[in-house]
This record gives sequence, structure tokens and C-alpha cells, in this order.
Amino acid sequence: MASRLLQFATPQAFFPLAGKLVPWFSVLAGALALAGLYVAFLVAPTDHQQGESYRIIFIHVPAAWMSMFLYVVMAGWAGLGLALNTRLSGMMSSAIAPTGAMFTFVALWSGALWGRPTWGAYWVWDARLTSELVLLFLYLGFIALKSAIPDPVRADRAGAILALVGVVNVPIIYFSVQWWNTLHQGASVSLTRAPSMAAAMLLGMLLMALAAWMYSIATALSRVRSIILERERDAEWVRMQRSAA
Amino acid sequence: MLQAYAFIVRRELRLALRRKGDVLNVLVFFIVVASLFPLGVGPEPGQLRAMAAGVVWIAALLAAVLSLPRLFAADHADGTLEQMLVSPQPLLVIVLSKASAHWLLTGLPLALTAPLIGLQYDLPTDALGVLLASLLIGTPVLSLLGSAGAALTLGVHGGGALLGLLVLPLFVPVLVFGAGAVTSTLIGINPSAHLSLLGAFLAVSSLIGPWAACAALRVALD
Amino acid sequence: MLETTALACERGGMRLFSDLGVALQAGGLLRVRGNNGSGKTTLLRTLAGLTRPAAGSVRWRGEPIGDDFRREMLFLGHAAAVKDEMTVSENLEFSSRISCLDVAESKIRDALECLGIVRLADLPARYLSQGQRKRAALARLALSASVPLWLLDEPFSALDDEAIARVSALCAAHLAAGGMVVLTSHQDIPIAAADARAIEMRG
Repeated sequence: MASRLLQFATPQAFFPLAGKLVPWFSVLAGALALAGLYVAFLVAPTDHQQGESYRIIFIHVPAAWMSMFLYVVMAGWAGLGLALNTRLSGMMSSAIAPTGAMFTFVALWSGALWGRPTWGAYWVWDARLTSELVLLFLYLGFIALKSAIPDPVRADRAGAILALVGVVNVPIIYFSVQWWNTLHQGASVSLTRAPSMAAAMLLGMLLMALAAWMYSIATALSRVRSIILERERDAEWVRMQRSAA
Repeated sequence: MLQAYAFIVRRELRLALRRKGDVLNVLVFFIVVASLFPLGVGPEPGQLRAMAAGVVWIAALLAAVLSLPRLFAADHADGTLEQMLVSPQPLLVIVLSKASAHWLLTGLPLALTAPLIGLQYDLPTDALGVLLASLLIGTPVLSLLGSAGAALTLGVHGGGALLGLLVLPLFVPVLVFGAGAVTSTLIGINPSAHLSLLGAFLAVSSLIGPWAACAALRVALD
Repeated sequence: MLETTALACERGGMRLFSDLGVALQAGGLLRVRGNNGSGKTTLLRTLAGLTRPAAGSVRWRGEPIGDDFRREMLFLGHAAAVKDEMTVSENLEFSSRISCLDVAESKIRDALECLGIVRLADLPARYLSQGQRKRAALARLALSASVPLWLLDEPFSALDDEAIARVSALCAAHLAAGGMVVLTSHQDIPIAAADARAIEMRG
């Protein structure tokens, strides 16, 4: 079993497998997003307190979830690469980082758009938004470090160390920002504390979260294919594929 | 091992003594940055008192980031770092002694100067004491996590700005708890919770910082 | 005692050498020859445990190289590891202490004498010429008779004839006492050795 799994851990074996999986996950992502948006905009009731603007949580909350979750997954792959010295792991962490950063940015952007009608300002240093901002910096640092080191093997290992340090620090940063917010009496209405969640709202949120998952897997897999091709361009199997195409 | 720790720290201090400029420049930078804020926001004492702790801490973070690239760079350039890695001394001891020397040469002077800046901002005496205490507990974190950042960016083109991007977000808890300790003193809350949390974060960073720095040095010299 | 099995190294995705097997016994000298960029330095750094091999392993006394190995090995790389701000003797003292070598002051002076730079002992290293700097680094050899394995990267570069003679005499004495020397060089400096071998790197 373990050896069969390791067989797929070589870039050469993973490349066609990823290629087969990408369309499936893309279709799933699209279908789930359509269903989720339908529920979010046409089925879920209007909120009596926040009116229609609350509907942005259907984008914001899944994006915020994914942004944190993907950082952990990215660090997991990176740690695996550091421990087992598998080439694919570093490539996977490189492939996940931009999607994670994108979701972090979406969470910030949607949070700001929600803040304008609710708080009267695009940005009010709400604890969650502030943690998201720091998370975005962590993603950017990871991407910047990897792209600053020309040798891919060294870049993977250095990035892995940074991701592991980051993943230990994320909960501490999150806690410290919460702490800071209570000391300074921050915004009292939080975006994620949606009042009395109706069943339809919950369903919409779940569908959107699943869509975000499928989208993340699809983009990570298609990006890892490009990374594999770029890094293994001199390998025999890539040349054969090129001449066959 | 203790012996090795002691002689590497002694050597770092001796080297710093022979190029005093490096240490002094960081300290002067810290004072200049902190003194610029009133020129930017106006001299209203109440406002300055409220922002004093944040200004001092941010100036300290920037000064630390400014000093960190040199932590390993000189030893890397002249081959000393390579000799340290092939020596029988555990790399962890080497990293810890270098981080300790860095704190003695930057963190400690910054902490000792901070009350002076606090005076510029009209902080009351008890807040000055808390400011000093928060810097004494918090600045070692800058050296410990900073050593990891310095090792990761060693030999990387444009490493200085990148180093800031890597370590400044990691310093957020230090800033929150350190400046928060002083702010809570000003509004009559006991700062001990903040200082304990700062101490706890110091404990965590003394575990992960040196580990990451060791791993990153091995990568940088591979 | 030192052996490699199926050793392969890559630099920036380019394979420098592969399937390299060398074995060195007590008293053995191994010269690593080759053009610039053929992987001489990489091989030496791999033997020292600095560079991770892409495949294969390096073994010392039958064990994969680790912490114990570093006690029995001296590696002198391209960079002299000499600090400008410190005097020649301070430099030698530090590099010896970090290698757990005996650092009595008389021994430091003897070592500098051995390389013919004892009169520079108290001079800050920033005033040294390139060759003198190299001699200051190589003075470690005179203190390292007890260290079995010497790994020397281009030990003769930047040295004058007199210094070359001194260094090759040190190596010969080390080999005669049962030590081992691996060195990279593009000059063929004669060193008396019972068991001398050479490998040619083709990059």
C-alpha cells in the first residue's frame, strides 16, 4: 500500500494522474458554486438586521476558511518534503500557495465591501480581518522567498522551513490579534457572527465552501502540472511527451 | 558545549567592539525613527502618550530587521560559517550563541534606550518601567525568530527587504503584547497578563527560531 | 575508512557526477583533478557533509557520516575563514577552538612558525596579502596532526614555492603518521605518500 502510494509521489507518475483529475474537480467546483450561489441569492431569506448585504458571507466565509486551511495544507506538504525528501511535496506546496493567497485576498476584499454598509468604513481593524491581513503577508513571504532562490531544490527546502515556522505562529498571531482587539474595543458586529443562521443560509455556505475546496484542488493540480513540466524539462519522459505531442 | 557557547559569544562581542559603527548605527536609527513620529503627527501630549509604546516597539522591530542581515552574512562571506558547520560543535549551540550575541548588541541597547524615548513622549514613570520590561522580554524574540529569517535569506539576492517581509509578520505577537503591556498600564490595567504572554511567546520562539535557523543554514550552505 | 558508494551530485539541476565510488585507507592520499566546474569542490563538500548528495552515501569507519565524523575531519574550503578584524593568532585560536583542538599559546606560535608567518602573529588580518591569508588558514594543518582526515580544497592556490613546500611537507608527515588527505588541485604538487591515488573529474 505504502509503496503504491509512493509510486504516485514521483513527478513523472503524478503528472498524468493530476491531468485526469483536473477536469473532474473543475466541473464539480463549477456545479457546486452554481448551486451555492442559487441558494445564496435566491433561496436564503433576507436578514432582518443586516439586510441584503449579509449575503457577502457566502463568499467571505468560505474564502476565509480556505485561506487558513490551505496554509496548513501547504505547510503539511512542505514538511513532508523536508522529512521524506520527496520532490513532489515541494512542488505541491508551491502550487497551493497562490490559491491560498488568492482566497486570503478575496476574504479581505469581501470583508471590506461588507464593512462599508455595516460599519460605514471599508476597513475598521476588525480582529478577523486583521488576522487575514497578516496571513496574506505570510503567504506573500513564502512566495517571495521561493522565487528569490534560483535553485528549486534549495527553494523548496527553505520555503518548507518558513512554512513550518509560519504554521506554528499562525494560531499565536490569531490569538494575539484577538487579544489586541479586546484591549482596544474593536468593532462589535463581526462579519462571521451572522445572526440566527437559517437552514438555507447554512446550506448556501456549505455549498460554497465545498465549491472552494474543489476549486482549490483543481487549481493546485493544474498548477503542479506546470511546475513539474518546468522542473523536469530535461528529463527523458518530458522530452518523449513533447515529441509525441 | 557551554564552553563553546561562551567563546563564540565572546568572539562576537570582540568583533563588534572592533567595528563599533554597526552597533551604534542601529541604535541611532532606532532613536531617529522614534523621534520622527511627533514631527509627523503633531506634538499634542495626550496623543503622543497614547502612541508612545507602539512607536517605540515598531522602531525596535525596524531596527532589528535592519541589523539582522549581518547576523550570518559576514561569516558566510569569509568562510567562517562553513567552518562552523563542519566543526564538531553542535550547530544549535552555534546558532544560539550568535542569537545571544545579537541580542546583547542590539536588543539590550534598544531596551535600555527605550525609557529615554518614553520620556520624549511624556510617559509616566510606571509606564516607563513596563516599557523597559516589555522590551527586555520581547527583544530576545526578535533575535531568535530573526536568526531564522537571516539564515533563510542568506546569500539571496535582495535579502534585506525579503528578510523584513518574512519576519515582520511573525513579530506581530511581540508588538501586540509588548505595546499592549504599556497601553494597559496607562489605562490602569495590570500589565502582568501581557508580560506573561510575551514571556510565553519568547519560550515558543526559543524553540522554533533556532531550530529553523539551523535547518536554513544547512540549506544555505548546501 | 572513508568510502563513497554510488555517489551522485547535482548543482542547479545539472548532474555533476554520478556513480562515484572511492575508498581511502589510513595513510592514503587522494587527488581530485579536473577542469573548472567539473565538480571538484562539490565532491569535497559532499565528503565533508556540507552538500547533500543526490544519490549514494559517504561512509566513515563503516557508518554514514554524522556528528562523530566531524571530530575526525578537517575541511579547509576556498574561503580562508580569516576575519579582517582579528589578528592572525586570534584567527587561528578561534578556528582551532571551534574544532576542539588544543590551543595553548605556544602551539599557536609553533603552527604559525611552521607556515613561516610567526612575525605576522599580532597583525590584524586585513593587512595580509592573499598568499599570507592562505597561509594563516593553512596553519590549522600544523595543529591538526591528531585529526585523521584532511579535506583540502585547492590548498596550493595563491601560495609561493616556499609555502607550497611547507604545506606539502605537512601533508606528507600527516600521511606518514597514518592520516588521510583528500585534496583538489590543478597543479601536480609532489607529495610523498605510500598510497597515492587520483581521480579525474569530467564535468
